[in-house]
Amino acid sequence: MMRWVLPILMWAVLTASPAFAQNSVDEQRARDIGTQLRCVVCQNQSIEESDAELAGDMRRVVRDYIADGASDQEVIAYMRDNYGDYVLLKPPVQANTYVLWFLPALLILLSLLWFLGRARRKRPTAPAPTTLTPEDKTLLNELMRDET
Amino acid sequence: MNLRGLIPLTAFAALIGFLAFSLTRDPRILPSELIEKPFPAFELPDLADTQTFDISLLEGRVSLVNVFGSWCAACVVEHPQLMALKNTLDLQLVGIDWRDNRQSANRWLVKHGNPFDAIIFDGNSRLIVPLGVTGAPETFIVDRNGLIRYKHVGVITPEVWTKTLRPLVESLQVASLQAASLQAAPL
Repeated sequence: MMRWVLPILMWAVLTASPAFAQNSVDEQRARDIGTQLRCVVCQNQSIEESDAELAGDMRRVVRDYIADGASDQEVIAYMRDNYGDYVLLKPPVQANTYVLWFLPALLILLSLLWFLGRARRKRPTAPAPTTLTPEDKTLLNELMRDET
Repeated sequence: MNLRGLIPLTAFAALIGFLAFSLTRDPRILPSELIEKPFPAFELPDLADTQTFDISLLEGRVSLVNVFGSWCAACVVEHPQLMALKNTLDLQLVGIDWRDNRQSANRWLVKHGNPFDAIIFDGNSRLIVPLGVTGAPETFIVDRNGLIRYKHVGVITPEVWTKTLRPLVESLQVASLQAASLQAAPL
């Protein structure tokens, strides 16, 4: 009798999961959306991470909208309409964020050009001395003696 | 003199200037996306739970909508300013009692006075996200067509009232008077 308990429990768990999965798809979507939205009172946390009460309110609104059949884009657009671009954790690429998005690449390009220009113009330097002068030899010997 | 040596210095100075300018901007003050947009639709009870308010509450009169709560410390600071506005001008004062319970809100209003013509009770933050509110107190000026014309984040100081809100409210009232007289006496 006892050896049936575990298989029955496993069967129950496995067959019960599909009903739960329907919910968890929506929940997963809500979390994906939530991680893209900034908690507007805590500056640098998403609403999924934040414990702020307002973040809780925003999470609930996201779930309400999903339950009403809104697409991910619609939920995000709604939040953006209310709170502005600020609510998006990843800044959109638009006129006022070009500096943010393209300046690093531009700087790398410019420094590369500068470096290449410099390398080409570089004057040949004096070859490194291959033999030691008598002074260097005595200094080296002294140092070596100190070491041992 | 080799001026090329000054290039990095100039670039650095420009960067410092840009960053210094950014420091003067308070990141907590978010621009309201709702300015010139209609007040979001709602259907919420009043504080006494005797009637239900909807958007028609804000139509026909210039309104000042103030988000407050009995838990909100800064609202106490702001409150005398709202009390001073009571029954002056032709301005409807609407309170949104946010994330509160009726008992403590009533106690708070008895203690500090009730300046509001109508109080929307929003215990579950239904109206907060649609309004883009981040904290209390927050104040909206709504014109007689139900359009949001201004949003003020934080305490309404006497200075904010006299310099910003009052001129706006008065200009909206003049606009509504003109519209009313046009309706009364069509050309």
